[in-house]
Amino acid sequence: MTTVTAQPTKGDTQAALHRRMLREMLLIRRFEEKAAEAYALGKIGGFCHLYIGQEAVAVGVSAALEPTDYVIASYREHGQALARGITARAVMAELFGKSTGCSGGKGGSMHLFDAAKRFMGGHGIVGGHLPLATGLAFAVKYRGGNEVCACFFGEAAVNIGAFHEAVNMASVWKLPVIFLCENNRYGMGTAFERVAAVTDVVEHACSYDIAGEVVNGMDVLEVQQAMQRAVQRARKGGHPTLLEVRTYRYMGHSMSDPLHGVYRTKDEVEEQKKKDPIAQLTQRLRQEGALDQAGLDALDAEVRAEVDDAVRFADESADPAAAELTAHVLAD
Amino acid sequence: MATTVVMEALSPTMEEGRLVKWSKAVGEAVKTGETLAEVETDKAVMELVARADGQLLKQIVAEGATVPVGEAVAVIGAPGESVATPAATAPAKTQPAQQPSAVSPQPSTPVAPADATQVVRASPLARRLAKERGVDLKLVQGSGPGGRVVMRDLEGAGGAAVGLPVPVPRSAVPEPVGGVAYRDVPLTQIRKTIAKRLGTSLGPIPHFFLTTEVDMERAADARAALNQQLGDQGQNQAKISINDILLKATALALTKHGACNAWWQDDHIRYWNEVHVGMAVAIEDGLITPVIRNTDRKSLLEIGTEARELAGRARERRLRPEEYTGSTFSVSNLGMFDIDQFTAVINPPEAAILAVGAMSAKPVAMDGAVVVRRRLRMTLSCDHRVIDGATGAAFLRTVKQMLENPLAMLL
Amino acid sequence: MPTITYRDALNQALREEMQRDPNVFLMGEEVGLYQGAYKVSRGLLEEFGAKRVVDTPIAELGFAGIGVGAAMGGLRPVVEFMTWNFAVLALDQIVNSAAKMLYMSGGQIPVPIVFRGPNGAALQLSSQHSQAWESWLSHIPGLKVVAPATPYDAKGLLKAAIRDNNPVVVLEGEMLYNNKGEVPEGEIVVPIGQADVKREGRHVTLICHSKTVAIALKAADQLASQDIAAEVLDLRTLRPLDDAAILRSVTKTNRAVVVEEGWPQCGIGAQVVDLIQREAFDQLDAPVLRVTQADVPMPYNKQLERLAKPSPDKVVAAARRVLYLD
Repeated sequence: MTTVTAQPTKGDTQAALHRRMLREMLLIRRFEEKAAEAYALGKIGGFCHLYIGQEAVAVGVSAALEPTDYVIASYREHGQALARGITARAVMAELFGKSTGCSGGKGGSMHLFDAAKRFMGGHGIVGGHLPLATGLAFAVKYRGGNEVCACFFGEAAVNIGAFHEAVNMASVWKLPVIFLCENNRYGMGTAFERVAAVTDVVEHACSYDIAGEVVNGMDVLEVQQAMQRAVQRARKGGHPTLLEVRTYRYMGHSMSDPLHGVYRTKDEVEEQKKKDPIAQLTQRLRQEGALDQAGLDALDAEVRAEVDDAVRFADESADPAAAELTAHVLAD
Repeated sequence: MATTVVMEALSPTMEEGRLVKWSKAVGEAVKTGETLAEVETDKAVMELVARADGQLLKQIVAEGATVPVGEAVAVIGAPGESVATPAATAPAKTQPAQQPSAVSPQPSTPVAPADATQVVRASPLARRLAKERGVDLKLVQGSGPGGRVVMRDLEGAGGAAVGLPVPVPRSAVPEPVGGVAYRDVPLTQIRKTIAKRLGTSLGPIPHFFLTTEVDMERAADARAALNQQLGDQGQNQAKISINDILLKATALALTKHGACNAWWQDDHIRYWNEVHVGMAVAIEDGLITPVIRNTDRKSLLEIGTEARELAGRARERRLRPEEYTGSTFSVSNLGMFDIDQFTAVINPPEAAILAVGAMSAKPVAMDGAVVVRRRLRMTLSCDHRVIDGATGAAFLRTVKQMLENPLAMLL
Repeated sequence: MPTITYRDALNQALREEMQRDPNVFLMGEEVGLYQGAYKVSRGLLEEFGAKRVVDTPIAELGFAGIGVGAAMGGLRPVVEFMTWNFAVLALDQIVNSAAKMLYMSGGQIPVPIVFRGPNGAALQLSSQHSQAWESWLSHIPGLKVVAPATPYDAKGLLKAAIRDNNPVVVLEGEMLYNNKGEVPEGEIVVPIGQADVKREGRHVTLICHSKTVAIALKAADQLASQDIAAEVLDLRTLRPLDDAAILRSVTKTNRAVVVEEGWPQCGIGAQVVDLIQREAFDQLDAPVLRVTQADVPMPYNKQLERLAKPSPDKVVAAARRVLYLD
């Protein structure tokens, strides 16, 4: 089964692109729901951070990227991996720790990789991958390339030193990197305003003399358009951008954390769900007459089948061989 | 068809969960994804959600119950559907009654420790070498910390010395005092203990044996050259034997290893400042040991002449008592009987005796090639009450070195 | 054969590798315009330009991570830390990024990068600037760690490190930079993972690396005057350790003393002793002893500092003890 991605294709009509973006967001949503179920059944271990609610960010960003561009993300990266075109099978199998996973079963939920798709990993230390993103952009500029690097991170990473070091050097050396802050308002169970002196993340762009924009992360088209502007700046002159994408996660921080409780109310979560990115795009496509209920049902059925297939594939795949334990510690 | 709701693993480390509160009552309609109950995990209070649509037909566990992951907690099904109670639902986990923690009982009497004297302390290398050479480590006195037998204690015990510098001995034998024939040294506690222990374990005299093989090529050549010179000088009757060279080497080695030139005197040890080597001679109905006095100060020719003269009179039973008593050390040579190697019994009160086998040509490896050399094996029997393994080994090494390089006897 | 300093040997290695491979570049604090805090990079900016000799802000975590990212993007960065004491700030990138990337990507993304700089104590730099980090760094699977003692090994190992497809930590020494030694013209590459017998002996093996090689050699001179022939084994690479060379030497001498600049707990010597007792137990005639830095932060006072550091006298004393001479 081939995965349809939100990445642009030549000769795409606007409607076709929107339809694909909707499909991609639906795929992520259904995939994550299945992941939650598989986690509860003990098929997925360790930490598992779901992306439900934030689908528009990964899909909108990916829609503005070329296949040769680099993408790097934090540990909440199932959505970005899928949006980048890694198959649901390869991602689910990785979550299941199977040899057919995109990291051979050795990375797991937090460390999805696909070098061929230039998906440079999910990374588990908050903020730790921001310097890596600057470094990837450094390599691009060093080689005289035209690619950019898109770096996803949560708003809590803004408080860590690595953010400031990475953004500063990207600006000093004029590197083609786009810092995508997915501001979902909570670092685990801590509201950003409780721990940040500057609560508008975008203001940090001024500190390092780079472009900055605030983006409505529940609107995939807005995300895509803002990202297109950022990519253009990066490709043209190596100007980094900080996009503060305001979004919301419906789930707990990880599968072992509650949805709400001491740090946010159930009402707040329900209120945010009214701005659901999938519902918004569906609404728009209906208004445009590009999609009717039957079409939507068919799309949803197609996506569910793809996710079911991924689960079946992951279930049936083999664990890594014991020899894999010591493989890839060092390169030849 | 009814669906059993099980306790789910709501955290990566969760093995059981406490059902805090039912969110749905029996009979209530439920939809997939709706909260059925609140469950306290090891990390937080989480929601257990429905995985099927229908009606909550049964709550299997009560609020407050702790349920292992995977166990049934409820049943969802169509209204009116009959519910087969899932078998073997786990009872709510109860804390096992804690045993009151009494003061742990102490043994009223301490356990008798194992006999520490049975433990042989030795370095791993010494253990390996001893095994290879057939040396009983219990019979070797270690020179390392706490009496640990180390490599140097086994030098001469069938292995080549590596030329390690030797430390100043901890219990050095005092230098002989001029003009006094001997000096008596009181037994130390450890010496008494060793004497008592070894004495009762192996017999009246606790023997141990050290064997080495000597390359006699140069000694034999020297003897031939000396005899040729004597012949040239017309002294054809005065021949030097291998045994004479052995006696001389032994005597000179004793001057360097006073610890082997000693008598066991029950409550003290007598270290002799003079060297009087006894020479075992087989006679018709037994054995006698005539003594060459001050062997170390006599020339080879003097030793040879005296030895032949004493041996002759011994066989004729014409020795005077003072001629066969007072030896400080003995040598027994059975080489003429074609004995390769043997152990001799110590001649009390002496502390040691050297048993010498026949010199014979045999193939040996030298410098990587097999060559034929004249070789001789000798075994030193020691009284462990007087002599320790390393001490005996060091003495034997000196004898060997002198025989292998006869010029050293001139030093 | 030309005699050059350790510093110039490193400089030669950098220059030759940058000439050989356009993907090799140097980054770090003061490496360019200032010519290097310890002048290891002297002349490189002039020859290769600012694109390949990159002056960074004082941001070890950031530029170490940028180096790792650049390596993920296909370059071969050489990241210089002014000292390894500052590199502690970058340990997240060295340990969590560089050392793990290949493994957790299932073999997809190698990280060919060199992290280098002076390690251990110099003179009177007190507690924060006098630390030896090799046991920390060599603890980590996914890293290689080398610690050259001589100009020859410095050049050969740095060249090998730059060509390696893995993250390689190169531990240099402020007190080594001025040391002179023979280094042949042209290509020398010292394979990573090979120890080197710096002096032959048969009575005791002195196992050392980096600055302690000179200490062990001095100790061996003193021991020779006491008729003790000490073998000096320079580990050169700390990860992977040359187990065979260690066992070969100890099998010959039956005794060993391990000398290192670091602290005793969980030190390199602890690892070496573990190997020896495990694989050469029956060769041992005495427990292996270690000479390390005193188990204290480095004091500033000159006399106290001398007391804290390993010295030839301490090595001689340990050697005599394993020979049961004291």
